[in-house]
Amino acid sequence: MSFEWPWQYNFPPFFTLQPNVDTRQKQLAAWCSLVLSYFRHRKLYTVDVLEAQESPVFNNKKIERKLSVEAIQVVFEELRKKGNLEWMDKNKTRCLIMWRRPEEWGKLIYQWVSKNGMVNSVFTLYELSNGDDTENEEFHGLEDWMLLRSLQALQTEGKAEIITMDDGKGVKFF
Amino acid sequence: MDRFTWANGLLEMNETLVIQQRGVRLYDGDEKAKLDVGVVLLSTHRLLWRDQKNHECCICIPLSQIIFFEEQAAGIGKSAKIVIHLHAAPANKDPGPYQHSKFSYIKLSFKEHGQIEFYRRLTEEMTQKRWENTPVSQPIDTTAGPKAGRTRAVGIVGIERKLEEKRKETDKNISEAFEDLSKLMEKAKEMVELSRSIANKIKDKQGDITEDETIRFKSYLLSMGIANPVTRETHGSGTHYHMQLAKQLGDMLQAPLELLSPEDLVNACKMFESLKLPLRLRVFDSGVMVVQLQSHSEEEMIASALDNVSDKGSLTAEEFAKLLGLSVLLAKERLLLAEKMGHLCRDDSVEGLRFYPNLF
Repeated sequence: MSFEWPWQYNFPPFFTLQPNVDTRQKQLAAWCSLVLSYFRHRKLYTVDVLEAQESPVFNNKKIERKLSVEAIQVVFEELRKKGNLEWMDKNKTRCLIMWRRPEEWGKLIYQWVSKNGMVNSVFTLYELSNGDDTENEEFHGLEDWMLLRSLQALQTEGKAEIITMDDGKGVKFF
Repeated sequence: MDRFTWANGLLEMNETLVIQQRGVRLYDGDEKAKLDVGVVLLSTHRLLWRDQKNHECCICIPLSQIIFFEEQAAGIGKSAKIVIHLHAAPANKDPGPYQHSKFSYIKLSFKEHGQIEFYRRLTEEMTQKRWENTPVSQPIDTTAGPKAGRTRAVGIVGIERKLEEKRKETDKNISEAFEDLSKLMEKAKEMVELSRSIANKIKDKQGDITEDETIRFKSYLLSMGIANPVTRETHGSGTHYHMQLAKQLGDMLQAPLELLSPEDLVNACKMFESLKLPLRLRVFDSGVMVVQLQSHSEEEMIASALDNVSDKGSLTAEEFAKLLGLSVLLAKERLLLAEKMGHLCRDDSVEGLRFYPNLF
């Protein structure tokens, strides 16, 4: 399934950080939305800032426009403020794009757990993300670190508990 | 002039004529020689002079007698001259027009010009000293000889004389300069009296300071470069001068004005509104100031910018300028204004800066 680019993607000014504050706000909102939907579509979770410039999402070869590194940083900061991005290092060279926030994932997982009457059961992380039972679920294939975050969110809500087992981590749902 | 000897005007063997110039009068030192105007001739060996009317009257002097020479610029009513300083005449010198002279220099006064070329040629000949290579039959007493000591004394006297001349010239220049200064002093005296009278009036609270006095005072200050003295607001009341200027500008913006300082112009422009003139001084965010007709309201400018950009899809400042017949600077300011108002957005790339309608 090919990705559907939003109209802004083919509008050259989209790739110039707008000086007008109001215009910029709208521009950044569009960028955040584009980044998140693109990453969700491609099931990507991490991005290296310097490599990002060459990614199709920031570089539209057809109209020969690409977002500058400075502008990419601004978009990322915007995503961070919204809770959709986390820096992996102090120098801000690599980040995690959470096109779905941990809380949201947590909710999906818990929904599946309770729908199937598996509350009070214990699962390994692997079972959740790669088990046959979860094959049709959106969270199937979820990367470990994201899964862990999601479960931590549930833990904070008191709906789960992460347990350390012999060969890794597991979780119990309440 | 006592260095000259009578000559027959004929050139010797090996002697070549370099240049000649008519309309030359000779001077013995600073005094006119008792000769008429004649033709001066320069050869490889000698400097000759011949009376224009009486060709039999001809005198000459060997070039080797010349110590140094210099130009004397023309003055008012005075022709350009070449001053030539000479060695003392040898004792066995042939007779000439002057038996004796108190000067050791002569002057050639070029009444019909030609001094520049003559000077150049003389310099060449004196540098090349061609007479040394091909001596002519007449023996010429050169500088080498027992008279060296005396020659030097003469030379020094000549230099001293030159210094004296220079000193007189300097004195003259200084007194001329001070003439201007004394005029300035008189003007200053007037100003001092006026300010004293105003000060007294203020002190004694005696009567009003007349408008005439105020204007005079302000114009004095203006001419000294002090704009806007004693005003409540900077351009509300302004100065009389600026008011007049603003009116003039309003009337004849197209007509060429005399040279005007930018500061005066800006001050005059600031008064358009208070003088109810149909012009406005507009200052953009960037600091650029323009004079525009009042009819150009902001909305109109923005609307026109948006229309044009939408019509063409996108525009650069240069394209917009061309479209509207404006300067690129003004065109850019309009586009920036429309962007500021949110009607346009920009596309900044290696291709340049381009404006689009704001579709965001």
